[in-house]
Amino acid sequence: MTAATPLPVPADPASEAPVTRAEKRKKRSSANRAATSLSSRTGSLVAIIMAVLWTTPTFGLLVTSFRTQADIQDTGWWNAFGQLDRWTLSNYDMAFNGGGDNATPMGDFFINSIVIAVPAVFLPLLLASLAAYAFAWIKFPGRDWLFVAVFALQIVPLQIALLPLATWFTRVGIGGTFWALWLSHTAFALPLAVYLLHNFMKEIPPSLLEAARVDGASHMRIFLQVLLPLITPALASFGIFQFLWVWNDLLVALTMLGGSPENAPITMELNQISGTLGNRWYLLSAAAFISISVPVVVFVFMQRYFVRGLLAGGTKG
Amino acid sequence: MPALAPTVSAADAASKFGTMFLGLAVFAAVFIGILLIASLFRGKYAEKAQAVAFAGPAILFIALGLLYPAILTIQRSFYSGKFFDLNAGLGNAKAKFVGFDNFQKLWTTPGLPEVFLNTLWWVLLVPSLATGFGLLYAVLVDKAKGEAVAKALIFLPMAISMVGATLIWKFVYYFNGEPGGVQIGLLNAMLTGVGINPHDFLGAFPWNTFFLIVIMIWIQAGFAMTVLSAAIKAIPDDIIEAARLDGVSGIQLFRYVTLPSIRSSLIVVLTTIAIATLKAFDIVQASSGGTLHDSVLANEFYRRSFVTQEPGLGAAIAIVIFLLVTPIIVFNVIQMRKDQA
Repeated sequence: MTAATPLPVPADPASEAPVTRAEKRKKRSSANRAATSLSSRTGSLVAIIMAVLWTTPTFGLLVTSFRTQADIQDTGWWNAFGQLDRWTLSNYDMAFNGGGDNATPMGDFFINSIVIAVPAVFLPLLLASLAAYAFAWIKFPGRDWLFVAVFALQIVPLQIALLPLATWFTRVGIGGTFWALWLSHTAFALPLAVYLLHNFMKEIPPSLLEAARVDGASHMRIFLQVLLPLITPALASFGIFQFLWVWNDLLVALTMLGGSPENAPITMELNQISGTLGNRWYLLSAAAFISISVPVVVFVFMQRYFVRGLLAGGTKG
Repeated sequence: MPALAPTVSAADAASKFGTMFLGLAVFAAVFIGILLIASLFRGKYAEKAQAVAFAGPAILFIALGLLYPAILTIQRSFYSGKFFDLNAGLGNAKAKFVGFDNFQKLWTTPGLPEVFLNTLWWVLLVPSLATGFGLLYAVLVDKAKGEAVAKALIFLPMAISMVGATLIWKFVYYFNGEPGGVQIGLLNAMLTGVGINPHDFLGAFPWNTFFLIVIMIWIQAGFAMTVLSAAIKAIPDDIIEAARLDGVSGIQLFRYVTLPSIRSSLIVVLTTIAIATLKAFDIVQASSGGTLHDSVLANEFYRRSFVTQEPGLGAAIAIVIFLLVTPIIVFNVIQMRKDQA
């Protein structure tokens, strides 16, 4: 479902205000300026308070992840700034590689998350871009109502499809494997992906494709040589959105891998240890930031695509 | 500081990456094969064969992975029995047809009415407050110095998994039950700092639900802020300039110019967050699993289907979620159509 984001309209510096208004402005200017600066000062204060409120929780756990087990238990994280000499990376070492009270190294689950996410992004992108091309540029009977059906299926919450799928995968012998996750993530991603990529492909001028058709190019060649390069930004947006969706997913993983923790993604393990490790914050904090690191890196370096993909996929799930 | 030397089993990792590349190769081979076969068709059927090759796999996936399982779940909701079986209801001894019994259980099962009430609080509070905070922040930082960084700070929770977000907040809420024990959680440290007894934020009913709701608001405000900020920037400058020249104050400007201009974006944001809230199960799951009178529908679906082995009831809950989400999405789509027209 697209939350359409209108493009910001650039300011026009040349626009001149009518004279009468300019005069009015002069009359009221001093009173106005006082009001504006007051409101903007309160406004800035409110904004800063909000920014602090929003960042403190994450910051607190981040600081904690660099403190020793004893320090964490003895004093609150805000005391860490007086103990800069005691900061350590050993929590990350124990969380990632095992050790301390940690019997299950996060490193294993980190790898699982990568192994799950890469094909779960690649497969829906491939399928959806091919299908979007067909819906946009190949004429075939029933095309329009099929597309509407695909679009409408976005309303199906994945909860409603999970159980039969999991049963099915167990039946055919891929229950609890990566295959079960790849296939289910693909099925759940497709309605949105087809819809988004179709919208993007429809924007491409038909003359471009017709010219290629007249030259006798096959659909395959047009798709690969003309369209694919043009829709790369859309593929990137959706790809990043899907990658983070899969990386952050818990429900599908729990359902499909319930009995096979060895294939669990990092979120599933984090959920697990947040119960079993209870108050061992030296491990929990480091484990949390190991799992968060990937989305944060993606967010920082690909913010534009990420935000665009996220706005487009707001209601997925 | 010790270096992070990877001691994760290398052979194990290699075999997992091997599976991944095998998977990628299989997927690629299948589709190249389909496309090659389709390209062999000539003449009258060529176009149709191409259409099937291009659109067929995706449609097949959606039909088998989404549509058919959804129909099975609807069927399952009318049957009793312990385990989910594809043959349920087809004369299978394990399951028998019980009509609307599972739906009746929605309000007769102890604990479930409470789940509905909790879900109602979530759906009322999360969209309204997340949108409110997001809008406030978007207005305040608009055209301010360092706007991009300021927005990134609020948006960041959106990138984190809900499990990670819950863990971050569990630490804020952390409660040391030992009398006189050190409170290392920020909130309880503040409470004890001013002489108030520490509080078990995530344990003590009935307020624990509301402290979980705070987490979802924290996550969703960034989404609201981003969409609404874009909408605010799309308001033509001359309108704002004209209002300012007429001596309109900041608050009046917001009330009479900004708010009406971003009305449709506001509706999209509210409905989108409402849908996300109805479907979110991770926060409750990662907090208590819904065992402390703090469950919501999406979590109860999981718990009834897998933990307590009542798939019929789980199916009924999934259908309720579906029925609650559908009108919001339909409304959302109609709104967006109106917008584009």
